[in-house]
Amino acid sequence: MKAFIKAITYALPDKVVTNEDIVKEFPEWTVEKINDKIGITERHVIDNEHGETALDVGCKAAEKLFEEYEIDKDVIDFLIFCSESTDYHLPPSACIMQNKLGLSQRIGAIDIGLGCSGWIYSMMLAKSLIVSGAIKNVLIVTSESYSIYLHPRDKGNRTVFGDGAAATLVSSEGGRAEICEFAMGTDGRGAENLIVKTGKARSMKPLNDTTIDEFGNPKSSDYLYMNGPDILVYTLRVYPKLLKQILANNNMTMDDVNIHIYHQPNKYMSELEKKKLKIPDDKFFEFVEHTGNTVSSTIPIAMKEALKLGVIKKGFNVLSMAQGLGYSWGGMILKF
Amino acid sequence: MKLEEFVKAFSDELDDTPAEQVKADTDFKSLKEWGSLTALSIIAMVDEQMDKRITGADLRSVKTIEDLFNLAKSR
Repeated sequence: MKAFIKAITYALPDKVVTNEDIVKEFPEWTVEKINDKIGITERHVIDNEHGETALDVGCKAAEKLFEEYEIDKDVIDFLIFCSESTDYHLPPSACIMQNKLGLSQRIGAIDIGLGCSGWIYSMMLAKSLIVSGAIKNVLIVTSESYSIYLHPRDKGNRTVFGDGAAATLVSSEGGRAEICEFAMGTDGRGAENLIVKTGKARSMKPLNDTTIDEFGNPKSSDYLYMNGPDILVYTLRVYPKLLKQILANNNMTMDDVNIHIYHQPNKYMSELEKKKLKIPDDKFFEFVEHTGNTVSSTIPIAMKEALKLGVIKKGFNVLSMAQGLGYSWGGMILKF
Repeated sequence: MKLEEFVKAFSDELDDTPAEQVKADTDFKSLKEWGSLTALSIIAMVDEQMDKRITGADLRSVKTIEDLFNLAKSR
């Protein structure tokens, strides 16, 4: 039994924050500096003040998928909703999504709580469900709205992160690409390097402990904290081994890979990854300029754009990998 | 890698600081240009040039470029 990507698309919330908007609040930045270093010119954010959530944008992506590919919703027998910005502590947002999308009541629906590695893990689980013979069509919706977790004065994270969602249909019944083999890893020692500490079981109440770090950025248990330097070190440590493992698990060499579509945190990280892994520019697809880092949706968004642009041709082997909070990492090969 | 090469590689990572201001005894965190992105590029440079991993805490624990070079070498 094989599993395939049958359909893929994405949706972004309507509200846009440009670099000009950011520079107005943080005059020590310039638009040129942001464009130059980070490669992001704008990002979308949910209108949470008026009640918009990641679940809503996820539904938008799913509805777009159904329309674009003329999908009969009733063929879906499992829903995976991957997000760290779910509507409630409980119940799972996937259950709410089943109802909002009008999916059959006979399906399974679960939330997965992962960040940047989320789409890879969702794909892994979807393939496993299909290969087991139990399920025929899995709808994966990745959706994130880190904007709700960011401190208003956190210029770094407000510049790099964007809200957005992607919808992917994984099917036993054929499609654009065969989902081949995966590799993965986890290291919980990195937990506190990308974290929102309060609001759940470890600390339900806010701690109101904001300090300013050596770079002038706010650091608080009540908001998203990201230790950029340590995450860079972790990426440099993990990515070479992960790449090797993915290739080995698929009996491939680097020469067999036609395009690399990785998690897209920003242009700066992508340049470092290309250099470290010795990937030529024409084999490394980037798409982050108009979306920012949409966390678990960066790979499906980039993949959709690569398909639209004709960068991925029939017969191509595409390697995708991601490293994210947790720490959690993983990757796979797709055969188009 | 020799110290002079390291100092040059450090200076190459800076966009706005003239090379004359970047020496082995420079207190690099007090350079006007020092910021979170510069810190990342130095970590990446040490990884690429010396095949060693230094952390944010390492950068905070040393003062001069020579201190950083010695710390990286010792890893």
